[in-house]
Amino acid sequence: MDDYYEPWTYDYENLTAAPLGDDVPTAPPRSLVDGRPTAVTGGPNWDDDLGGGPAHLAGDPVLRKVSDDVRLEYENAFMFYLPRICEHCLNPSCVAACPSGAIYKRIEDGIVLVDQDRCRGWRMCVSGCPYKKIYFNHRTGKAEKCTFCYPRIEAGEPTVCSETCVGRLRYLGVILYDPDLVGEAASVEDDRDLYRAQLGCFLDPDDPDVAAAAEASGVPHDWITAARRSPVHALINRYRVALPLHPEYRTMPMVWYIPPLSPIVDALAGTGNDGEDAGNLFGAIDSLRIPVSYLAELFTAGDPEPVRDSLRRLAAMRAHMRRANLGEPEDPGIARSVGMDTAEMQRMYRLLALAKYEERYVIPTAYSAASGTGGDGCGCSLDTPGGPGMMPDGSSADAFHAPPKPPPQAAEPVHAAGPGGDDPPGRPRRVNLLNWNGHGRPDGLFPPRPQEET
Amino acid sequence: MKHLNITLWGVLPYLVLLLFVAGSAWRYRYDRFGITTRSSQLHESRLLRVASPLFHVGLLLVVGGHVIGLVVPESLTERLMIPESAYRANALAVGGTAGLAAVAGLAVLVWRRLRTRAVRISSRPSDRALYPVLAVVLVAGLVATLAGSRSGDYDYRLGVSVWFRSLFALDPDVTAMSDAPLTFQIHTLAGMALFALWPFSRLMHAFAAPVGYLVRPYVVYRSRGSRVDPGPGSGNGGRSGSARAAGRPAAASHAFDGQRRG
Ligand code: HEM
Ligand code: SF4
Repeated sequence: MDDYYEPWTYDYENLTAAPLGDDVPTAPPRSLVDGRPTAVTGGPNWDDDLGGGPAHLAGDPVLRKVSDDVRLEYENAFMFYLPRICEHCLNPSCVAACPSGAIYKRIEDGIVLVDQDRCRGWRMCVSGCPYKKIYFNHRTGKAEKCTFCYPRIEAGEPTVCSETCVGRLRYLGVILYDPDLVGEAASVEDDRDLYRAQLGCFLDPDDPDVAAAAEASGVPHDWITAARRSPVHALINRYRVALPLHPEYRTMPMVWYIPPLSPIVDALAGTGNDGEDAGNLFGAIDSLRIPVSYLAELFTAGDPEPVRDSLRRLAAMRAHMRRANLGEPEDPGIARSVGMDTAEMQRMYRLLALAKYEERYVIPTAYSAASGTGGDGCGCSLDTPGGPGMMPDGSSADAFHAPPKPPPQAAEPVHAAGPGGDDPPGRPRRVNLLNWNGHGRPDGLFPPRPQEET
Repeated sequence: MKHLNITLWGVLPYLVLLLFVAGSAWRYRYDRFGITTRSSQLHESRLLRVASPLFHVGLLLVVGGHVIGLVVPESLTERLMIPESAYRANALAVGGTAGLAAVAGLAVLVWRRLRTRAVRISSRPSDRALYPVLAVVLVAGLVATLAGSRSGDYDYRLGVSVWFRSLFALDPDVTAMSDAPLTFQIHTLAGMALFALWPFSRLMHAFAAPVGYLVRPYVVYRSRGSRVDPGPGSGNGGRSGSARAAGRPAAASHAFDGQRRG
């Protein structure tokens, strides 16, 4: 707990319950762990912006590896944010570390989830995840993690973090990959080869052979078409601007990042150069405020080339679009200098700058093909009339916006619950005996009495 | 007295066994979410790091000793030409040390549970019942082991063990137990209380010992549709054929190129 911070709340009651006096009552902080008055000394995002600078810069492990002397002058500082969520790795070490087998990677969509009913609180996943993305709930004694908003994803909706990002920075899409290659790719000798090794696991959905193989192994057709339109596939494989975070952890992370072009244009303009000129921009990449070597430690295990390539593409796009906006003649040389053509450049610009909702999030809805143990060809039993996938009003298309129901369970035709009963008969309800005060009959403790069953 | 003896050593064990089995089954079926070690590491880790392994290792050895002591009849060790004195010396050395370790570990665990406010507050009523019982079991057992071996007057393998085995023959030998010294009786009674508490406390976590981990594949794949299979612990699915040719994680890519817009 001391390594994190003690959760706290404020004693708001004091605001209204304090006796009349000369002083305005305050709401003093109270620890949420033991209820005592506490002094707030840390919290979520406590160190954001410059807050933790002096204390944490010295401990920055990436900075330690970087040889450039990074200037820490505060008046020159600008903020560079790195939002981190669970990477839903291809080779998830949290899954491998779980003694109970409670954490699993879903076959259909690769989302890594904790089965709360199987977690026994061994806490190996907490130390097992190099991204520190598993949390221990000290009230329930269970591990919790990002769920990739799987109920939303199943309904074809983006995750909440993506949808609500005001910068519209997040993109979601399908990537096809070959799971048989993952083990090999994760064990290449040199850390710096990991980025390319992971690229090697990804499959090209436009390749008819890949599409056929995917379909043969049960990937629904709309997933393959979604993979073709996937913005993530474009950013990772086509334009090669997105890079994995800390590939040297060898878990094959699946949340990729586009490295930032720090504010160089103004800096260049300040020195009397044309800040938007491609040549000048390229030259400036190596003297970015955030050194390329620092970014390389973040995204490519220290190999500066992919980072430089990505930044050059972004810089080229910038120069290209300036010409277009000023009505100057197109200079195909700019695109060519980074290995693209002008049409591609336009498309990349569209995706990064203009893309609307449907282009940023290409999410096929819950797979209609056989899921689970049912074997093939059984369709989606959840959507049969009265099945658990059906909402009370009978429309499953807009299932997501319907009132919450118990999660649909399995390809198993459970018959609709009787009127008023949410639980299909026969499905065990959970009762936590430890919360039972010993009086009466808690709901679900015993199977319903016959007369209650109607 | 006779009736009391029959109740304690002839009837109670079966009631406890029933409660233990039925309670565990019920808990497994209706409250799987509640089965956890409920670790308090987050609240206090310095003492826990030492005490918990001390307690558990000691305890596991003690449990092993019980299996040998209660299940293996004296006639068998005699047939194997293990002299009684060697058996006793071994039981005292290993069992006594393990018992001491378990008691010492438990003492520290209880101490931190009472003295660390956050740990105390996170304790549940079941803990309040569990720790005293656990302490009585361990201390009585340790006293019986140490005292018994010193005077050497009571051979539990001809008394308590006989009773224990007779329980499973459905023909409880009540006198074998009622003749035992008081420490043994207390130990056994508290032990029964422990088993009765088992399904309703954190002790359920002992059933979750992750043996399946030894044999399962590293990465567990599971289909969206598959229900939790009733087998405890180990992962199902595994690196199975279904994930063969082309998996399909929805990947997220974040671009945080905010300043390009600003
Ligand atoms: C065979 C396997 C067992 C394993 C793997 C195991 C593992 C664990 C773990 C991981 C904890 C959590 C420690 C923490 O972080 O707070 C714990 C706590 C505990 N275990 Fe076990 N345990 C086992 C058997 C037992 C048995 C047989 C008993 C008692 C009869 C027992 C009694 C306890 C108690 C009382 C605690 C709470 C300690 C405290 O926080 O005060 N365990 N165990
Ligand atoms: S980032 Fe951590 S929690 Fe998420 S899948 Fe990878 S190892 Fe598991």
